[in-house]
Amino acid sequence: MSTIQQAIKERILVLDGAMGTMLQRYNFSEEDFRGERFKDFPHSLKGNNDLLSLTQPVAIAEVHAAYYEAGADIVETNTFSGTTIGMADYHMEDLVYELNYESAKIARKVADEFTAKNPAKPRFVAGSIGPTNRTASMSPDVNDPGYRAVTFDDLRIAYKQQVEALIDGGSDLLLVETIFDTLNAKAALFAIEEVKDARGIDIPIMVSGTITDASGRTLSGQTVEAFLISVSHIPLLSVGFNCALGADLLKPYLQTLSQNTSFNISAHPNAGLPNAFGEYDETPAEMQAQIRGYLEDNLVNIIGGCCGTTPDHIRLIAEAASEFKPRVSTAVM
Amino acid sequence: MAVAEPRRNLVLSGLEPLIITPESVFVNIGERTNVTGSRKFLRLIKEEKYDEALSIAKEQVEGGAQIIDINMDEGMLDGEYAMVKFLNLIAAEPDIARVPIMIDSSKWHIIEEGLKVAQGKCVVNSISLKEGEEQFIHHAKLIKRYGAAAIVMAFDEVGQADNFERRVEICQRSYDILVNKVDFAPQDIIFDLNIFPVATGMEEHRLNALDFFKGTAWVRENLPHAHISGGVSNVSFSFRGNDTVREAMHSVFLYHAIKAGMTMGIVNPEMLTIYDDIPKDLLEHVEDVILNRRDDATERLLDLAENVKGDVKSNEKAIQEWRSGTFQERITHALVKGVDEFIVEDVEEARLAATKPIEVIEINLMAGMNVVGDLFGSGKMFLPQVVKSARVMKRAVAYLLPYIEESKQAGDKEGNGKILMATVKGDVHDIGKNIVSVVLACNNYEIIDLGVMVAPEKIIAAAIEHNVDIIGLSGLITPSLDEMVFLAKELDKKGSKIPIMIGGATTSRAHTAVKIAPQYKSTVVHVNDASRAVTVAGNLLDQNSEAYTAGIREDYDAFRESFLNRSRDKNFLSIEDARKNKMQLDWNEFTPVKPKVIGEQIIEVDLDVLVPYIDWTPFFQTWELFGKYPAILTDEVVGEQATAVFADAQEMLKVILAEKKLQAKGIYGVFPANQVNDDDIELTDENGKPLQTFLTLRQQSQKTKGAPNIALADFIAPKDNGVVDYMGAFCVTTGFGVDEWAAEFEKDFDDYNSIMVKALADRFAEAFAEYLHEKVRKEIWGYAADETLTNAELIKETYAGIRPAPGYPACPDHLEKPTIWKLLNVEKEIGVTLTESMAMWPASSVSGYYFGNPKARYFGLGKIKEDQVIDYAKRRSISTDKATKWLSPNIAD
Repeated sequence: MSTIQQAIKERILVLDGAMGTMLQRYNFSEEDFRGERFKDFPHSLKGNNDLLSLTQPVAIAEVHAAYYEAGADIVETNTFSGTTIGMADYHMEDLVYELNYESAKIARKVADEFTAKNPAKPRFVAGSIGPTNRTASMSPDVNDPGYRAVTFDDLRIAYKQQVEALIDGGSDLLLVETIFDTLNAKAALFAIEEVKDARGIDIPIMVSGTITDASGRTLSGQTVEAFLISVSHIPLLSVGFNCALGADLLKPYLQTLSQNTSFNISAHPNAGLPNAFGEYDETPAEMQAQIRGYLEDNLVNIIGGCCGTTPDHIRLIAEAASEFKPRVSTAVM
Repeated sequence: MAVAEPRRNLVLSGLEPLIITPESVFVNIGERTNVTGSRKFLRLIKEEKYDEALSIAKEQVEGGAQIIDINMDEGMLDGEYAMVKFLNLIAAEPDIARVPIMIDSSKWHIIEEGLKVAQGKCVVNSISLKEGEEQFIHHAKLIKRYGAAAIVMAFDEVGQADNFERRVEICQRSYDILVNKVDFAPQDIIFDLNIFPVATGMEEHRLNALDFFKGTAWVRENLPHAHISGGVSNVSFSFRGNDTVREAMHSVFLYHAIKAGMTMGIVNPEMLTIYDDIPKDLLEHVEDVILNRRDDATERLLDLAENVKGDVKSNEKAIQEWRSGTFQERITHALVKGVDEFIVEDVEEARLAATKPIEVIEINLMAGMNVVGDLFGSGKMFLPQVVKSARVMKRAVAYLLPYIEESKQAGDKEGNGKILMATVKGDVHDIGKNIVSVVLACNNYEIIDLGVMVAPEKIIAAAIEHNVDIIGLSGLITPSLDEMVFLAKELDKKGSKIPIMIGGATTSRAHTAVKIAPQYKSTVVHVNDASRAVTVAGNLLDQNSEAYTAGIREDYDAFRESFLNRSRDKNFLSIEDARKNKMQLDWNEFTPVKPKVIGEQIIEVDLDVLVPYIDWTPFFQTWELFGKYPAILTDEVVGEQATAVFADAQEMLKVILAEKKLQAKGIYGVFPANQVNDDDIELTDENGKPLQTFLTLRQQSQKTKGAPNIALADFIAPKDNGVVDYMGAFCVTTGFGVDEWAAEFEKDFDDYNSIMVKALADRFAEAFAEYLHEKVRKEIWGYAADETLTNAELIKETYAGIRPAPGYPACPDHLEKPTIWKLLNVEKEIGVTLTESMAMWPASSVSGYYFGNPKARYFGLGKIKEDQVIDYAKRRSISTDKATKWLSPNIAD
């Protein structure tokens, strides 16, 4: 079977689009979120998208299939908030292993079906590891800048559990994404290294940061280069950016990244910036045109979409990507 | 793997990147945020003035530091807490956080906690092969996983690399291990090749700079991508005091080191001149030394140094020079330099010139002492120098006194004021009190010194009798804190308005504000070091002192309020639950070693035997010189003074050894022992007959999951297990005769040597305890017969088993001492007695327990709750009130 390391040398790989945007289309009610199993759970569960892997597994599989159908090489597991820290909001810390394990299994199954249909285009499952809702290098209390709501060790332990389950469920690679505080990401990377070490395995890692605004910095204040330097101690399959910005605004930061690293580059921008109603309205064709700009400049090795992107976006992005050769690093670092 | 070997630059990050290429200009590492190098920074961290500490970091970055080195290694600091707190605060300051952090500690746990709070790529300072390959690899792996670069010291199991060959050997080996075994990125290796002084006059130091350059070039050539760093100021150590020469030496050294391939270093930018600005002849002389170009290079630079501005080392020519000044200049010089050779001569000259003899003190001597005070206050003079100044002052005053008496007329002006000094009841420690007395006396205060173990009624009576202006109270052991509270209360009842100054090792601003100040309507102020005592006394006695005293009162009130209101929400377990969560050692796995000798034995040893066991670091602390021995001798700030006071100590040590001035006597014993009733330890004789029972206290604060609530009793096998376990106790002293000898010096106005005697006796007592503990482990008890540790390792306490003493954080209960006294019959056998506050007399004595279990470790009891106090009172058969009084520092509010 072809590995992702081989595939990434041969072509630009396509990552899937938004999970949340697709799930909104199902209009799940509180009851749907609960399903039979959590009928009597004492807390509200609506909005806990990760839980749908247990209560609406068919819908999750459908979204994955739609993205593979559109031409994605990699889909992300439905586990963006799947840590004890993220699940604390829903009082579901105890379910973390199961959520991640089942989510990975769903994606694995769909991936294997598509690979079987067309072995020339093997499909991959990326275990999605989100940033959690707490920051390890910033204080939530403006009056007490030295305070931290979460520590490196809290994060490391939580991430380790998530990583174990994602690997057990059949993930081909891990995607540490939407990093707004680099220290959180370093804890995730530390946890991954611990698991790799303990199990004597290797597993490819994608790291994807988030540049919050035109300042060109992460929320925790790092510039693109500083962010890159802070996560480059571990061999990575790729490093890149996602979320917060549309493809056009993200481009200069990808250029900086590309000039400074010999790792592969990934990008999964939003479908533009949200409008007044919080919706993303950049059309697939508009986004394709911008992504084409990336490709012409030889900027990326992995390309996909974040908030507001749909299988239609991914279809056009995949189409464009197939016309170009993957980026070859010319970085001097 | 990439096909072509990519360029591998050393890249670091804070909020912004720092990319170091072979072409980069020299990277300057800021060194002011280091408690071992900056007294100011240490003070700010100790006082938790983090805002001001942050401004030091900010100034450094603004001043051009591209990396900031942060070090919190100091005995009295919780280094881990301070490191984490400071780094977290830095993270919130973009002006500082933009540069990478160098996490500097000799303690791995501090480094690791620092790495956990830094989002950027840091530099760890440092790791080395000193502790062996296994630990080196372990630390390197973790550093890699945390994503940091590392300073690797040229240091191995044998020692520090001090020549070219050793540097090559250690660097090659370190590099091979890191790159091949750890897969450490070679560009993330930064070697510290050890910069040593040149021009020391020692033949073997001539090549120090050249070997460094050669080593640097060798590393750059043979160890691809690795970098070189070092602390530059060391090189000019022998020209301390002559900044012109030092600055030139630093520039020349850097010029050549950078050419050889040094890429970064710790440099004080203020101690650096521009290479091209160095005058030609100075440059030539300095380069002769640095590059070892002439046999007489050192002498020639020394000669030249005389002519360039800056202080010049004293020699005969210099003596002639200062002797040719006016008598005022000579008196000032004698006081500042602590030279008493000519003082009587000079004072006599001043007396003949004065209209009244008292003027010599008021005008001439005080002018000199003011210079001393200014220098001391601004950190340019250190305590041992001031004490030497005091010796000169006292000799001068003693000479003048008969003349003053003779000419005394009514209405003559008194000194600055009268200060009563006393070590409170039950406490025998007086080194600190004597130092403060000396410093105050130098500043023309009349000192009424009541000595040690002074009862409160005596202090009150003396204060009234002498009509003193200030009362100074000192104490070292914790029960003294209560004595001070009591004394304040009593003085208040008498309607006293005399300000009180509080000082001594266990006292604190917190205790003074929270416990003492509320008991006294007039002013109470905590004075934490001798240099502040003068300012405080001056402020207290100033005509307009109301604003000052009101300020203190306000400050303490605010502190007390916030202290009492702080919601640390610590949760406590009931004593029953704490006992349920006691430390469970596996007694099936552990077979206690039966001691070779059971029962108490007296021991006397020759002092020579103890010398290698002396831990010198606390000796320097006595003199308010902070830093680790031996590094303190070459310390940038206090090195010169440390070296001087150390030399004096060695002189006295010779006398002590040659004349057998001190006597080392001790008693110890190991006995069958078992844990009974969870928290007690019952000791028996060989036939199982109970002898004494030690009562231990148990931690009660809620622990993280899995962590036990420990009491010392947990380290001894419980009786119902059927295992016979053992524990020991000891008391050693080197204190007999010390007070008499010190008094002889004091009679001669020589406080310096009086303090020196006591400080050395204290060191001997500690060394004796260390020596005896080793003997117990290896021979008497013999559970560690195969132990081979160096003295440095002994001081670091790397051995199995512990020897806590009543009063330690693990066992703060001083009432355990009488049990030891009874068990070993201490008073009768070796004559060491206990005061009512349970201080040992003579003061230079050490007592404690021996625990032999390899799992036994030091810990802090922390706060305990009332239920344990009540339980303890029952076990001790004393009233709850009495128990509360003795345990109060540890009882949770």
